[in-house]
Amino acid sequence: MNDRAATKSPSVGMLFTRIRVEEKLLLKAFKRSGVPVMLMDDRELVLDPQGSNASLPGLVINRSMSYYRGLYATSILEDLGVLTLNRSTVNHNCGDKIKTTAALVRAGLPVPRTKIAFTLSAARESAEELGFPLVLKPVIGSWGRMVARLNDQDALEAVLEHRVFLGGSLHSVFYLQEYINKPQRDIRAFVVGRETVAAIYRYSDHWITNTARGGRTVNCPVTPEINSLATAAAEAVGGGVLAVDMLETAAGRILVNEVNHTMEFRNSIAVTGVDIPGAISDYALALLPTVELSRA
Amino acid sequence: MNAATVCPECAAPVSVPADVFPNEIVQCGDCAIDLEVVALQPLSLAPAPEEEEDWGE
Repeated sequence: MNDRAATKSPSVGMLFTRIRVEEKLLLKAFKRSGVPVMLMDDRELVLDPQGSNASLPGLVINRSMSYYRGLYATSILEDLGVLTLNRSTVNHNCGDKIKTTAALVRAGLPVPRTKIAFTLSAARESAEELGFPLVLKPVIGSWGRMVARLNDQDALEAVLEHRVFLGGSLHSVFYLQEYINKPQRDIRAFVVGRETVAAIYRYSDHWITNTARGGRTVNCPVTPEINSLATAAAEAVGGGVLAVDMLETAAGRILVNEVNHTMEFRNSIAVTGVDIPGAISDYALALLPTVELSRA
Repeated sequence: MNAATVCPECAAPVSVPADVFPNEIVQCGDCAIDLEVVALQPLSLAPAPEEEEDWGE
């Protein structure tokens, strides 16, 4: 933070793309605490890196649905002396799957075997090393979009060709991962600060279990192992408010798969009985200097 | 009290709750399109932005 932070306005801002259920629940949680929230529409936002922060809130919650808008907005806001949640480095570590895997591996956490390749021939070689079935994921993207399970060489060739002809630099960065034959479910743990506040199982008949793709949620007890992995994964990417996705192997191990930096939680409150938006707003408000809250 | 207008896509009547937020997403009961609340007084709805490649969580 630079010296411009001294002139900061009080209160909380929310960077958003759409006001969905999650954003409404967060707004209501802040309202319960009596803290005003400045809504910041990322479609209309103009940030001036050389400008003043006088009209900006003291802390901005990033709820942008766009990875790049959220990443660059939080980066500039931080330079202007605004606290951000999550911070831009965390957004980068979570929004880019290569950065996520690298951070998890650096922290010594168990992850599926992963290969990164930059050409078709290197991607084929990576696939041979991993064996089929394997999973090819876009480096940037979410909700299971463009994630492909490839069962054989024919499927690999077909998808690689599609990826190359889609164009764009990132479509030619190949992130390949071993397929984990999980028990028709994965685990999502919600970490707020240093605490795993809740966890869910996401069940689906499809191997992609995202609730955005129809996955069904059931409460998952936060065991010491899940808590340990989730908090360590959150810390590995830089900490904050994070959803850690984990996979159970047939041998009973738990692997950390992804970490989400603008987590969705609408389907997880009722099944866990945990006030997730309340926990987020309490954590955010604790980050604000006391003087700012007293002026809010 | 709920406010009402018509769907900009199919012209069906759409009502929204009294406590609706600006920029909240509602759905048309007839054509199921996602609609964004672009103004409250008077109530105005527009098709919600299309999902983009880098959208997610």
